[in-house]
Formats: sequence, structure tokens, C-alpha cells
Amino acid sequence: MTSVAVQSVTLEDQVRGLLTDRAVVRHTGERLAVEVPVTDLPESCARLQHGLQATLATMVGYDDRARSGGYRLAYVFQAPDNWLSVEAAIDPETAAFPSVTPRLPAAHLYEREVHDMLGLVPEGHPDLRRLVLHDDWPAGVYPLRKDFDPAIPVPRVEGAPHRFHHLHGEGIVEIPVGPIHAGVIEPGHFRFAAVGEVVLHLETRLFYTHRGIEKLAEGKTAAQALALAEHTCGACALSHAVAYCQAVEALAGAEVPGRAAAIRSLLLELERLYNHVGDLGNMCAGVGFAVGASHGAWLKELLQRLNERVAGNRFLRGVGRLGGVRRDIETSQALDIQQTLHQVRGEFERFVELVLETSSVMERFRGTGRVETESARALGAVGVAARASGLTGDLRRDQPYAAYGALMVPEVVQSQGDVQARAQVRIEETRASFALAQQLASDLPDGPISARMPSLPPFAVGLGYTESPRGSNVHWVRTGADGTIDRYRIRSASFCNWPVVALAVPGNMVPDFPLINKSFELCYACLDR
Amino acid sequence: MLNVLRAGLRMGRVTTSYPASRDPVNPAYRGRPALEASRCTCCSDCVTACPAQVISLVGSTLRLDLAGCIFCGLCEDACPEDAIHLTPEFELAAENRADLVEVWNVSGGQAVTPRQNGAVAGNVIPATEARRLNGRIRTLLARSLHIRHMDAGSDNACDWEIAALLGPVYDVQRLGIDVVASPRHADMLLVTGPVTRHLEPALRATYEAMPRPGLVVAVGDEACGGGVLKGSYAVAGGVDRVLPVDVYIPGSPPRPQALIHGILLALGGTQPYRQPQTVGTE
Ligand code: SF4
Ligand code: SF4
Repeated sequence: MTSVAVQSVTLEDQVRGLLTDRAVVRHTGERLAVEVPVTDLPESCARLQHGLQATLATMVGYDDRARSGGYRLAYVFQAPDNWLSVEAAIDPETAAFPSVTPRLPAAHLYEREVHDMLGLVPEGHPDLRRLVLHDDWPAGVYPLRKDFDPAIPVPRVEGAPHRFHHLHGEGIVEIPVGPIHAGVIEPGHFRFAAVGEVVLHLETRLFYTHRGIEKLAEGKTAAQALALAEHTCGACALSHAVAYCQAVEALAGAEVPGRAAAIRSLLLELERLYNHVGDLGNMCAGVGFAVGASHGAWLKELLQRLNERVAGNRFLRGVGRLGGVRRDIETSQALDIQQTLHQVRGEFERFVELVLETSSVMERFRGTGRVETESARALGAVGVAARASGLTGDLRRDQPYAAYGALMVPEVVQSQGDVQARAQVRIEETRASFALAQQLASDLPDGPISARMPSLPPFAVGLGYTESPRGSNVHWVRTGADGTIDRYRIRSASFCNWPVVALAVPGNMVPDFPLINKSFELCYACLDR
Repeated sequence: MLNVLRAGLRMGRVTTSYPASRDPVNPAYRGRPALEASRCTCCSDCVTACPAQVISLVGSTLRLDLAGCIFCGLCEDACPEDAIHLTPEFELAAENRADLVEVWNVSGGQAVTPRQNGAVAGNVIPATEARRLNGRIRTLLARSLHIRHMDAGSDNACDWEIAALLGPVYDVQRLGIDVVASPRHADMLLVTGPVTRHLEPALRATYEAMPRPGLVVAVGDEACGGGVLKGSYAVAGGVDRVLPVDVYIPGSPPRPQALIHGILLALGGTQPYRQPQTVGTE
């Protein structure tokens, strides 16, 4: 306990040293919140990021006109041992703020999003084209403002068509692809500028699967909104559910019993396993290596059947609960997990051997879709994409949650930043997850699987996070006057990594795009929400 | 090369023989919720607990709309009388939206046939000619069934399950089913997701590009009935708000066998889901 207090005092001193005395530092739970005048936003964010080696974890805008008379922004940073936010009030008359993006490129998409959804103008932002809302959405209608009424249908208008960046020059051709693709994959639009077979530039137009999840959460009780968290994404359903639960638990000051924390970690590792194994199979499919692809698909199936036997659902839905978990793991199920993992692990090693020994596969993997460490850092890459480019971040180790504080999560990192490195990181992490899951399943602590949730305080903020198979998920929840959800912001791993894909593709051949894309294995659904 | 052969041999035959024979039932699977009407006291706790708002209680008639159900089991957790339970039943596909509305007359302890009472709220577009013609489609086909998958804003769970159909375990090609790249070659459109505002035009265009008669199958909670996304400014709330739907496959997501069941149903090859008459009389 004392060490935590000492640490946060140190952080507070550091923060005060970095900022002007116009900044007001508050403690909210374990986090630090720094209130600055809106004009100081870019400078404060930049100083904290550089001075504390912090990374931008999420950014939230919300309509607080009813309470404080204006809008508010919170830039949330992950510092090495804590989270802190830089917050500012925005005058509702101008609805403008100085953009942080020129100082912090990682803020780019967040600021475009608050521009679309709340009508807040980041002045000096290099690119204010529509992001979440598409061309036929009427101007001046902002879904996350409190006076937006979802019951009134929003008409389609003849909007100006999206401006794509064009490259001009001899021999440059533009290749538009999507949003609907040939295979069974999610919808998104890609525009390649290429000379011959080589891509010079890739532009993406996403958010086709935007479902308005964050708005739907508003006014719901925290328990009701859990289903929305779980339906943000299929493949990372549990990571999102747990991140959401942790955000609400942090906000309420609730403790999760030890057994529940261990079950959460165990099932989160099962989620990582079926995803990583399936993704490795898909990477084989990306180079037309059918035997590898079907081997991967088979192992994924064995793991999803295990999910179904343990949790009643192949995507581990219906497990999360505020204050713990909904389902216990019986002794027989724990044994089933251990036996199945033992079997699948052996098969996985043969699968890996097969892939690594197939030189035609490795030749395609090597050197393809490279991302340098510095670029990954500047764009705020997370997860496998970051760890394959020399960054070590993993929330399970850096800011342990659930039962990870008591576990040894090994550091997995590769430096080359290419498709091969991303495959290698997945292989190593899969091995580590087998071991972690075995350890958890063989030694679940006794005790209750959930604690009673206290009623939620008004106007409180909670932050929850998980290291999903795709990287960090950060959920930010704020309550309103009556303790229901007033604002819910879901920042998925894919939100951070889409710009990284756009950077990885130029210089590669057009036909390598599907492989590069599969090596990142980003999700459209949890980006678009 | 040898390695590749060895890998193939070791995997052996992993393909299921469903639907010819049944895989063992997984008792833990959360499928169709069933009510023991005699235990229910009409307290309406389940109505409040349901995050998809698919349960309603009017007087002593309890309705549960499987189309939008996310099979979470929160109704089961909430029920103080232990009256509602999730069963492992997963073959829930139906041709009529109304067949998915379970209706229980609580006071009489009777299940009422859904076709008479299962009115569905909202503007549902009536089914196509294709269903009447599906027998003809089969005879006309004399080749494999061509399916075009279309993600209309799903959370990707349903799509992963469709991808699994093409994998070694479910391998639907053995049933004469192929997934094709172009709607112009498709006999069936398999749609996932609640139909987002941003994808509605693409969904319509895909449907228009299909030859007639073409079948439309809605896959999963969101495509069948909006799921937890009902009421959002960004979604239509189900495929049948936009296109005529021939078969609905409920589930969150439907497991691969449930998908096979629904696809075959659209071809007239399996029995649709009907509310079981376990209690009371018709
Ligand atoms: S969604 Fe289905 S399972 Fe969940 S509470 Fe409602 S009726 Fe029950
Ligand atoms: S099923 Fe249970 S919770 Fe629902 S009304 Fe009946 S007794 Fe109440």
C-alpha cells in the first residue's frame, strides 16, 4: 500500500514539474487527472508524453453542457506505472480546441472522431475529413451530443463525396477495393496508388460497420450495457467484456474475488489461444499454403469447442459479470481444459514446425510489410504489431489486472517488424498462453465467483483495460447524475493499429496486401463500433 | 513436401458428418430459452433483465422473440422461480419471422402455437417468391448451391462461423455448397449484422446483382432481429427491414451446425424450428 502511495506522489511531483502552474492536479481513484486551460492542451500533452515516456491510451470527448456548461476532453495516457489524463473544458459557443495531433501524431484519429461525433473542432488538425460518419450524413448532426434524439431518423443527404488523397505522376494507377470483398471478410474500403505492382500509398476508408454502440450505452445501467461491450467484437468478446467490467468496478471501488480474477485470466488466455492459432492458420491462407491453413483452422476449432464446453459459447460470451464472473469453472471443466490444451499444444508444435520448414511460406513472410520501431512508436501501435516491431508493451505485465499480478507473463519481442516477426510473436505468445492457462486451470483459488456491486456514484469516471489477442483495449466509463452510463468510450487495439497497416503496405507488391493485412489481423467491428 | 503429407495424414478425417449424423450435444451450450409455464409467477424480472429486450409479458402471456435473443442467460439468472432455462437446442432456423416468437400462456400452463399468436412488431418485408420456388431452385440447380456472404455490419462472430464452414471440420463442399465471390453467381445471400446505415446501400446493390429467384438468409441475433443494437441511429435493426428474408438463423452467433441446418432449410432439405408442444395442447 505504502509503495503505491509513494509512487503516486513521485508521479504527481513529476507532473507538476513538467507543467505550468495553470495546471491543476487531482487524484481520481488511483489515477491522476490534470486540468489545464484548453489553450495549454497540446503543450501539456506533449510534455507529459515526452517527460514521462507515456503513450496516449485513449481520448474521450463528452457533452457536459448540462452540468458544467460545456464540452470536455480527456486525453488519457499510460505512464510506466500509472495512468493519467489531461483534461480541458471546451466553450460550447466556439466548440473549438487547439489540435494536439501536430505535436502527437497518435491523437490523429481520436480528434477526427470527436469532430464527427460531437462537432468539436480541433484547430490546426491536418486532416478533418469525415471518419466515423460517411458522406450522406447531414452536416450539423452530432450523435454523441446530449440533444441528439436517436428516435428521430437521420435523413440521408447528398453530401460531398469523400476526398481521397491522390498521387499524381507518370505510371501511377489507383486501385480501389471494397467496401465489399470477395471472401468472407469484414467490410472496408482500400485505395492503393501503385506503379506497376508496387504500392506507393494506401488509404483506408473504414467505419462501415459503425453501429452506434457508445450512444446506445448512454442511459443504460452498467449491468445492461455489459451486453453492448460483449457485442462490440466477436473474436475479442471477452477482452472487451472484462475491460468494461474493470472500468465499472474501478469507478465503484469494487473488488473482484480471487477466484473470479483467476477465471477471468484463464478464459482470457483461452481467447488469446484460439485467436492466435486461427490467425497463424489465416496467415498460411494468405500465402496459399492450404495444408497449413486447414491445420490452423482445425486447431482453432478444437479450442473453440473447448470454449463452448467451458463457457457455453464458442466466443466466450456470457461469462463476464460486474464484480466477477457469471459461471464457475467446475473441477471437471478445469480438467477438460488441461487435457485439451495438452493435446492441442502438441499438435500446435507440429503445425509450427510444418510452417517454419516450408520455405515457400517463409520466403513470402520475410521482409514483407515491414514497420520500423520508431514508426510503430509514433503511431501508437499496440499488441502483436508493436511487439513485432521492437516495442515491449503488454498490459498483462505492465499494468497487471485480473490475476496477472501473480503470474509470470514472459516478454515476447521481435525487432524486424515484418510478417515473419508478427508470426513469430504469435507463436511465442501462444506457447506462453498454453503455459499460463495450464497453470491457472490447475490451481484455481477457492472462494466466491463474484462480489456484490455497490451502487455507482454519480459523475464518476472509471478506466478498464485488457491485453486482447490484438493488443490493448481501453474502456472509459463515466456515470451521470443517476448512476447510469453517461458516456462510454471503447478504444480497441485495432483503433491504434489501422494507421500502422497503412504504413506497412507501401513498398510492397499489391498481391501481398492480403497477407500483410492478415499478419496484423485487425478487426473492423471493434474499430467502427 | 513430406512434411506436408505427414501433416495431412496426422489430421486424418476431422470432418463432421452433420447433418447425416448428430454430433454429441454439448449440455453447456446456451441455446433456446424454454419456460416452465407452471412455475412462472409473472413477476417480470426476466423482462427487466433481458439486455436485448426480447421478452414481454402482457397479462399472463409471456412472449420471447428468438430472433433478437443473444442467448446470454440473464433471464435464467434473474428468474426467482427457476422457471426459465436455456436449453442446448441450437437448430432454431425458421422461415417465418413469427415462428421465432415463443408464446406461453402462463396461467393456463400452456404453450400456444406461435403461428397464430406470434405477431411481430415493425415493418417486416414479406418473403420473396424465392421461397415458394425453392423446390424449383433445387431442381434447376443440378449443381452445387452458390452462396454469397455479405457482412452488413456484424460484430464478426457470425462471419468467423461462416468461415469455419469452409474449413476442414465443417467442410460444406461435401454437401454441395460453395461460397462464391460475386453476387452474380449466387443462389443465396447469407447476411450477417444488423444492416448498418453505411452498408445498407451496398447490401441493396448486392441483392440487386443476384439472379432471380435468389434466397436471402439472415444469420445471427443482429441480422435476425437487431440483437442488442435495436434503436441505434446507425442500424436498420435486422435484414428484413431492408430485404425480404427467406430463412432466419438465430444465435449469438449460431454455431456452425446451426448454420448448416438453416442453409439446408432454405433449400427445403430440413425441418424448420417449431415451438415444441411440451406442455398443454394445441
Ligand atoms: S437475450 Fe435471450 S437469453 Fe438473454 S435474457 Fe433475453 S431472452 Fe434471455
Ligand atoms: S419467467 Fe421467471 S422471471 Fe420471468 S416472469 Fe416468470 S417467474 Fe418472473
